[in-house]
Amino acid sequence: MANKGLLVHTALGLYCPKADVYLDPWKPVKKAILSHGHADHARWGSSSYLCTPTAAPVIKYRLGDINLETLPFGEEKLINGVSFSFHPAGHILGSAQIKVSYKGEIVVFSGDYKTANDGFSEAFEPVKCHTFITESTFGLPVYHWQDQKWVFNEMQEWCKNNRNNGQLSILYGYSLGKAQRILQGLPESVGPIFTHSTIEAVLNVMRNQGVSLKNTVTVNEHLTRAELLSGVIIAPPAVQNSNWLKKFEPIRNGVVSGWMALRGARRRRNADKGFVLSDHADWEGLNEAIGLTGAENIFVTHGYTDILSKWLIDKGLNAHPLETNFEGDEVL
Amino acid sequence: MPILWKQISKGMRYFETLFLCLEETTKTNEKVTALIDYLSSVPDEDKMWMIGIFSGRRPKRTVSTKNLRRWAAEKAAIPLWLFEESYHIVGDLSETIALLLPPPAIEVQKSLNEWIQLILSLDKMEEDKQREIVFDAWDSLNTSSRFIFNKLITGGFRVGVSQKLMAKALAEFTHIDPSDIALKLMGEWSPLTYSFQSLLENEENEGSHSRPYPFHLAYSINEVTDLKGEPTDWVAEYKWDGIRGQAIFRHGHYFLWSRGEELITDKFPEFEHLISVIPPGTVLDGEILPFKDGLILPFQHIQTRVTRKKITPAILKVNPVVFRVYDLLEWEGKDIRSKPFIERRTLLDQLFASIDSYLPLQLSPVLPFDEFDELKILREASSENGSEGLMLKNKHSTYSAGRKKGEWWKWKIDPFTVDAILIYAQSGHGRRANLYTDFTFAVYSQEGDLLPFTKAYSGLTDKEFIEINQWIKKNTLERFGPVRKVTAELVFEIAFEGIQESKRHKSGIALRFPRMVRWRKDKVVAEANTLEDLQLLLKKSR
Ligand SMILES: [Zn+2]
Ligand SMILES: [Zn+2]
Repeated sequence: MANKGLLVHTALGLYCPKADVYLDPWKPVKKAILSHGHADHARWGSSSYLCTPTAAPVIKYRLGDINLETLPFGEEKLINGVSFSFHPAGHILGSAQIKVSYKGEIVVFSGDYKTANDGFSEAFEPVKCHTFITESTFGLPVYHWQDQKWVFNEMQEWCKNNRNNGQLSILYGYSLGKAQRILQGLPESVGPIFTHSTIEAVLNVMRNQGVSLKNTVTVNEHLTRAELLSGVIIAPPAVQNSNWLKKFEPIRNGVVSGWMALRGARRRRNADKGFVLSDHADWEGLNEAIGLTGAENIFVTHGYTDILSKWLIDKGLNAHPLETNFEGDEVL
Repeated sequence: MPILWKQISKGMRYFETLFLCLEETTKTNEKVTALIDYLSSVPDEDKMWMIGIFSGRRPKRTVSTKNLRRWAAEKAAIPLWLFEESYHIVGDLSETIALLLPPPAIEVQKSLNEWIQLILSLDKMEEDKQREIVFDAWDSLNTSSRFIFNKLITGGFRVGVSQKLMAKALAEFTHIDPSDIALKLMGEWSPLTYSFQSLLENEENEGSHSRPYPFHLAYSINEVTDLKGEPTDWVAEYKWDGIRGQAIFRHGHYFLWSRGEELITDKFPEFEHLISVIPPGTVLDGEILPFKDGLILPFQHIQTRVTRKKITPAILKVNPVVFRVYDLLEWEGKDIRSKPFIERRTLLDQLFASIDSYLPLQLSPVLPFDEFDELKILREASSENGSEGLMLKNKHSTYSAGRKKGEWWKWKIDPFTVDAILIYAQSGHGRRANLYTDFTFAVYSQEGDLLPFTKAYSGLTDKEFIEINQWIKKNTLERFGPVRKVTAELVFEIAFEGIQESKRHKSGIALRFPRMVRWRKDKVVAEANTLEDLQLLLKKSR
């Protein structure tokens, strides 16, 4: 990589040889710095971890008894003369871009990010750098997000309609990130919010760390259908075709994901309704963020790497695709 | 703003809402409700365009897709390569364009008819002028309306509205009998010339001369013991394996329709002589069969007749056909479909008594039998007579539209074949890595869902195999890995050894040893078997 060897691309992940540190490594290493707690970024087995204080509780909850240190946003940590700092990525609670600098050379690894402020995650902050390693999950010009207010309104109308038809509304979103965003974004008028237990577990971890979240009720056998009908259920995507749902019929499935922008994806997901709401930047967001870093070198990972790189090269930037093992948290 | 009925549905938005609703719901009732909501909200021209579009009568294409792609890239301010990459990933041209364009400057509400008229006006216009008009349209539509606008230009609304479903909705809306509506929706008409009023009225017009009756179809049985009543209630005939056709002789004109509601008069010019023999006001139902030197030939021989653009004298000589008639639907200008089968058949016999035998017209013989058990023997001998089994028709049955249980049964020699719709193709391994060898087939459920139910390997001729491979490449909707999703358009006959219930498949059905027997180029998707047929087979095989 053209950053004077400050960060190199290895089989284990992005590596800083000078500090002997890996960023979001895919395999166990000695020292790991994590951008956020999604499973394709925070993996089990490393000897020590560093992340932001807000991301830490969920990472601990997911990875178990690990050796975890935290570093607040904007503060520096020196490891063998190399400076590391976290800057908000706006992706989920506690998600960070990782800034690495050494002798005036600055590299920023974006992790996953979105530029729009969702009102819950720490809002994205652009960081000036020489080299920017950007994700590209939605790096195609067909992806253009609507304001989230619009989407939540749409959700509310949908829930209301379903209720009038005697159908139970189920919204599917990842337990870490999307579920909190749905919970906090839904207008009060949708009624009580019921959750699947895996989502409730994550919510409770966050409540325990002092994050203020709306009240929820875990779905349980004592709830009557009438009670459930008065509100809406939030469940993880994995549940969609499981037996868990059988007892709730008739239901309507609302899938909440950036991929829902495409009709084909909606059909494949068997969604009665697709809500286009993503925790990743859309095409404009990616381009805007890349521009704001002022970086002369761009490495593109995690998504449509070839297409976004080619586009950036067309625009006169020094861009390269970087193949990675990030599977993406918004995979179908 | 959320998309909701009544609230914002103006102009083409009604159609857009209907389209999204039809696409999103799998339930027949919801589809019918959405269709009725649409019908009660829009002007008559928009009603007819909707019916036309969903029955394959889309407006003429006036702009090439090549130009559309170029213009869309230009309007979106992206290079063409990026447009093509996006299209490749989205898989639908209209959708790609709709998503790529910048937000509209101002939203303009026009009716479906107004937009279609605008699109039609582009015909033979200079390219620059076309471009300007298309840009204006894009500038005045939001993303989902643009998608519809683009679809109107490119055609291809492949949404599950069967003729039956449409007739049902229209019948509920107009309080006209569904079978009357179905009849009026058939034949050659265009939303440009056929008004909603004429659909309601019983008036005669140009189109009504050519209009066929909806075909009556047979259910499959596996055992004669399933037949109700006495042997004397039933008529047995051979089941012919050709192209089902309806020959219409009215007002000195002759028309031939296939079961897929396709006018195939030109493909079979030899039948034109029949005008001088068959009295006007006659409609015959039968099977077009490849026939040479007194023998019925295998089905493939008739394929060339249907697929060739131009029928030359040479083809007529190499692939001669006969029309083997088994029913009479109109006689002396009167619709006699409500007469019992046996009466229609008697009239048909009388008609044939006066026809010379040198003509390419034959009567499908009635097979005498006294006991149901004798049918087994007849069925076993059927292949020697060039047929694929027996047809058993209830003597008292009327000729109703579509399938009706207990009226016509087909009892095939190989009980296990279904006509299914190709939906996915997967490439092979190694040497065959760039060839599609592995196909997934689907049938429609009653709700109009296309449900995959089996995979089958090619049993096609090499020529067909190459043809289907080329077709797949041109008709890919989406790709995932080695799999391509293709437009649901082609029908194949699948033969198999057994049928079982399966919890694993969404269709609830698994087949044993399925194989593709042939490509039914003569059939359209609406003519393929349905999930109901499969479920019936399943029930019978238990
Ligand atoms: Zn993530
Ligand atoms: Zn990720």
